[in-house]
Amino acid sequence: MSGMSRIVKTITNVAFPFVMIYGLYVIAHGHLTPGGGFQGGAVVASGLAMILVAYGSIWVVGKVKEKHLSVLESLGAIGFISLAFFGILLVYLYSSFEGTFFSNFLIGQDTIPIFNEIGKGLANINTAGIIPLMNFAVGLKVIAGLFVIVLVMAYSTRIKEGK
Amino acid sequence: MSGRNFAAIIFFAIVAVFLVFSALMMHPFGEFDEEHYPEMDQYIIDNTQNETGADNGVTGVVFDYRGFDTLGEATVLFTAVAGVIILFRRLKK
Repeated sequence: MSGMSRIVKTITNVAFPFVMIYGLYVIAHGHLTPGGGFQGGAVVASGLAMILVAYGSIWVVGKVKEKHLSVLESLGAIGFISLAFFGILLVYLYSSFEGTFFSNFLIGQDTIPIFNEIGKGLANINTAGIIPLMNFAVGLKVIAGLFVIVLVMAYSTRIKEGK
Repeated sequence: MSGRNFAAIIFFAIVAVFLVFSALMMHPFGEFDEEHYPEMDQYIIDNTQNETGADNGVTGVVFDYRGFDTLGEATVLFTAVAGVIILFRRLKK
């Protein structure tokens, strides 16, 4: 695929920022409103797939390599699992913490003043402990994972130029 | 009618019978059932906001109470990406 017409590219340029902002909003507000890392990541990956369809896989591969997307996906996975292991680690470091694997160690404590409040309404984003951080990690993982699937499949089965 | 179609029709009939029976046995929506009282549901509805701090109860369950399940989903996605990259790598020059 080597891109579609000028009309499609223009409409894609107009619609792309709104899709990205909506997807990132769903990821960032995963602990407050419906949605989360998986759903917002799917929305953002849909916007990137729209770019891929409109501009063609050859143009997109010139901009971003699938190895870099694999690194991003692995970073998301490592962030997720390390946040899960921090629950065990902090129990050994500080005896005041009580936690296990995947325990929410940031909620309701005064040592680390980030995301430590208990949810009191839909406007407070600094609530819910490690859940927003896990949403960011899973969102990064889903964005990179779904986009690298679409990108590799589109680029590998592309129509040869001049035939 | 070939044997393949016959087998498909028999399989479809069995699945349809199971679907109809399970639809008839379904818990009525919104009614309080004393016999099958969902204790876990009520616990999560009452305590999610205080224990996980999240206003969204679904995210509180997915990322806190059942975080291990989410780890499995992430592993499934990782495996899918690795499989697609391995499968399509040979086609590229």
